[in-house]
Amino acid sequence: MTRTLTCIICPRGCTLQAEINGDSVSVSGNACKRGEEYGRSECLHPVRTVTAVIRVENRPDCALSVKTAQPIAKEHIFDLMAVLRGMTVKAPVAIGEVICDNIYGTQVIATGSVE
Amino acid sequence: MKNHDIVIIGGGPAGMAAAVAAFDSGVRDVVIIDREDNLGGVLKQCIHNGFGLHKLGKELTGPEYAHVYAQQVRERGIKVYSGTTVTRITSDKIVTATNTDGILKIQAKAVVLAMGCRERSRGALNISGTRPAGVYSAGTAQKLINCDGYMVGKRVVILGSGDIGLIMARRMTLQGAKVEAVCEILPYSGGLTRNIVQCLEDYGIPLHLSTTVAEIHGSERLEGVTVAQVDQNRAPIESTRRYIPCDTLLLSCGLIPENELTLNAGIELDKVTGGAVVDQFRQTSIDGIFACGNVLQVHDLVDHVSDEAECAGASAAKYVLGNPSECGRITTCAGEGVRYVLPQRVLLSGEQVSLYLRVREPQTGVKLVVKSGERIIKTFPRLKAAPGEMEKLDIPMSLLSDADKTLTVSMEVQ
Repeated sequence: MTRTLTCIICPRGCTLQAEINGDSVSVSGNACKRGEEYGRSECLHPVRTVTAVIRVENRPDCALSVKTAQPIAKEHIFDLMAVLRGMTVKAPVAIGEVICDNIYGTQVIATGSVE
Repeated sequence: MKNHDIVIIGGGPAGMAAAVAAFDSGVRDVVIIDREDNLGGVLKQCIHNGFGLHKLGKELTGPEYAHVYAQQVRERGIKVYSGTTVTRITSDKIVTATNTDGILKIQAKAVVLAMGCRERSRGALNISGTRPAGVYSAGTAQKLINCDGYMVGKRVVILGSGDIGLIMARRMTLQGAKVEAVCEILPYSGGLTRNIVQCLEDYGIPLHLSTTVAEIHGSERLEGVTVAQVDQNRAPIESTRRYIPCDTLLLSCGLIPENELTLNAGIELDKVTGGAVVDQFRQTSIDGIFACGNVLQVHDLVDHVSDEAECAGASAAKYVLGNPSECGRITTCAGEGVRYVLPQRVLLSGEQVSLYLRVREPQTGVKLVVKSGERIIKTFPRLKAAPGEMEKLDIPMSLLSDADKTLTVSMEVQ
């Protein structure tokens, strides 16, 4: 089976052709190595980095921005969002702090700071 | 009146990078004036990732990218007047600003304009209908959700498919809203293809091209919008009108460089870019006043903003440290298929000059041709070109030494 994909790794957005044979995928049209990896992953097991905000208990006037340290499986995105929506942290939080350890195989870390 | 060597107006990505570059070029007395409480500008609300690949070699979110530069500003001890709004700049570089302490006047030796841009509003779009709550510019909604922690609606229509509109479609969906449609008046999206894929296609959000919002309905809160396809003159086609119930309409219909201060100072503006007319050192029509970032031209990528701001900051430092030698100058102009070229003036100085431009329409298999009169200076082939993706053409200065007074850049189909 052949799939045409748009690489989302960088703004260049290469159009990729992926030839899929069971577990092996050969990718063409990519300008760099990361495109090849993206093409393979997108065909076998698509993943995305998720970014979101979570509530800060003692600072009702602001939200804390967070991201997954690694991309997670696409099918878990909404489950993760549901967890994050129900979560609160307590300020102060510094950028880079781990907010949630080991969730869907990765960490959730703060991308901003709240004093 | 206070005195500072270089005053930078704006503490977003452009202002921060300009300040750091000015400092690193040898001027120690650099200050940033920022109307917000924290540095970072619009990056603070852009919590999605994809920033910094080109400039920092890693993929960061907006707040993280801002943090890198804010840190550099802090490390250098660059003074930041935060919560301070500049109200006036004069041609002799007196900057007037206001904050809770009162009015501040600074005599600067050089000024860097880095005020960014604003979103086109509903008023400017002339959408007919009522004026209910629930109509937001996409960036306002983004700030409310990402910085202030409010959710703005549950059932959403987005007008405009530029990157902010696309990013917000995904953001609203992830926060639990249903995005009914993204409508785009043009026959193509102005956003990056990767954003159409990862923001719309990933979540099954329909993109309707050549479609606009013809009417807004609802008395207190938005109840729905009438969308319609448009003809070649972008006028809604009556027979295609259809009603979409929704409680929220986000407008992502273009950004306008915020140049009221620039205009007031008597600086020449470019009608197409909406920003100042500059040379390749980002100096405006007034000596010692420089411009960079979205106040100069609306960029697609913050990495390019940082690059441009570093150029402006370093140029401002050079201006403060000594007079540049006189050299010849030529002007650039946009030819067939090209909307604008920046810088508008090229000084015949330095090793090479980078011309930035946007094409008028998406096209595949093209070449961008730089000409002096009838003579071709350089040709740049491109597999594809689109208005949403700024082009950069590097031209060795040696090719321009005997060029005419005007350089024209046009797009030709190969």
